[in-house]
Amino acid sequence: MIDHSLKQLADALAAKQISGTELATLFLDRIEQLNPRLNAFITVDREKTLSEAKLADARLAAGETAPLLGVPVAHKDIFCADGWRTTCGSKMLANFIAPYDATVIARFKAAGTVSLGKTNMDEFAMGSSNETSFFGPVKNPWSDAAVPGGSSGGSAAAVAARMAPAATGTDTGGSIRQPASLCGISGLKPTYGVCSRYGMVAFASSLDQAGPMAPSAEDCALLLNVMAGFDERDSTSLQREAEDYTRDLDKPLAGLRIGLPREFFAEGLSAEVAQAIEAAIAEYKKLGAQTVEVSLPNMGLSVPVYYVLAPAEASSNLSRFDGVRYGHRASDYKDLLDMYEKTRAEGFGAEVKRRILIGTYVLSHGYYDAYYLQAQKIRRLIAADFAGAFKECDVILGPTSPTPAFDFGEKAADPVAMYLSDIYTIAVNLAGLPGMSIPCGFSGSGRPIGLQLIGDLFAEAKLLNVAHQYQLQTDWHMRMPRFPESI
Amino acid sequence: MALTLQDILHIARLARIRVTETEAEIARGQLNGIFGLIEQMQAVDTAGVEPMSHALDVSQRLREDRVSEPDRREKFQAIAPAVENGLYLVPRVIE
Repeated sequence: MIDHSLKQLADALAAKQISGTELATLFLDRIEQLNPRLNAFITVDREKTLSEAKLADARLAAGETAPLLGVPVAHKDIFCADGWRTTCGSKMLANFIAPYDATVIARFKAAGTVSLGKTNMDEFAMGSSNETSFFGPVKNPWSDAAVPGGSSGGSAAAVAARMAPAATGTDTGGSIRQPASLCGISGLKPTYGVCSRYGMVAFASSLDQAGPMAPSAEDCALLLNVMAGFDERDSTSLQREAEDYTRDLDKPLAGLRIGLPREFFAEGLSAEVAQAIEAAIAEYKKLGAQTVEVSLPNMGLSVPVYYVLAPAEASSNLSRFDGVRYGHRASDYKDLLDMYEKTRAEGFGAEVKRRILIGTYVLSHGYYDAYYLQAQKIRRLIAADFAGAFKECDVILGPTSPTPAFDFGEKAADPVAMYLSDIYTIAVNLAGLPGMSIPCGFSGSGRPIGLQLIGDLFAEAKLLNVAHQYQLQTDWHMRMPRFPESI
Repeated sequence: MALTLQDILHIARLARIRVTETEAEIARGQLNGIFGLIEQMQAVDTAGVEPMSHALDVSQRLREDRVSEPDRREKFQAIAPAVENGLYLVPRVIE
């Protein structure tokens, strides 16, 4: 059962071959066995999960049919879930019990899915290796020595190890796609504004976007059907007609124009990743697609632009953590300023502090024009590059990450090296576009390699179609790591 | 441009994060590395380019001015570090 797709699980539930409670128990037992090794979950609460399963079983018994009714899903610990501890990977929120549901969580509840718990992540979603989590790093299920990627590393590892059939993630600069790539699963970052940000702990508000993570593109389409939708509680939520993201899955790809940006295949890309991407391109040609070379001349600037804009927004967003209304408060202080400074010194980890300092500096008097405003102008140039490329192609294809999963400690001491590992994903967030990562091979040492697909605004259904057709021809997304101790 | 130790201490004060001199010294090295990367932006000619402050070209939605949320003060204050009579407690601000 653990290798079933979401559709197969939903069918088994509808046919009463298994109950929601039995299915949740199966995955809870697997989490109990594997979590000590992988550390993919921060919070597991068997009682809460089983009470949600019971509700789903009652709805199933009443004859209700909904595509994911009774299916278990894990949630990144960035989403507030009423009554659940919601830490965002930080000491600051280590004891924070959310008093309300994020809209994404509320939508999953309404759809009848069952929460398996809260997955580990880089602190406040700032990181590409999960090494910044206050709760310790997540291990990559394919190798104990390898990072799972970040920031949604717990979700990616949980799905890769089939501790959960699917999970939610968030992506500000690659935080869904890069861990999906490093752990060998599929993950989609939708167009900015498609999924509500309400109740999702804010990092960089003009870039943050929630999305699905699961073994296959078809699973992701079913999850996105639940997650997407207008929300009046999010001021940047888009008012659009509801879409069925599964509608184009079966469309043939004959005539599809795949854009290959020359900048994606330049210096810095590992030979193993390049080879796997070439093989995937050959597969697409067999399916009738054609390739065109495109150019994103300003892509190299996306990392510097991002490391101005994201920290600037973060320094503002994280000012709310002051020890007054919720979260950590220092125990010993002499006045208000002292309380703020000690609370924040104790509650935030090194990477979060670093980004708050960068953000504070670039927004400070005298530097705003040179950094923040200049970054916003280049952001427009980067978005314009994509708009130009999409005049010549239907989707853009390239690597998700320049290398397969790196080792723990390899980049932890060098922030710049860590930041550059997101070189292929960051531009997509700056432009607000949808992007996806799907598995397309393994390195010589057995670490997964991911293929990135980028679409024009609102082209999620197209991306899912292009990914699904590839997955009908290949089995990379079906591969599972093996654990001697597992059921 | 290179940040000095004094710059770091000043920024940390603005950000309301207490740092020791040792921490500030480490941060100085790292931030200078990061700003080395960021400085690439300065070579780009952006004359006449409109700053892009948001991913999409849409304007802020307005809502009707009416009460839409119920009073959940008790639930929200239950997770606060210190409250009394419905008020959040902080050290004395005004003497």
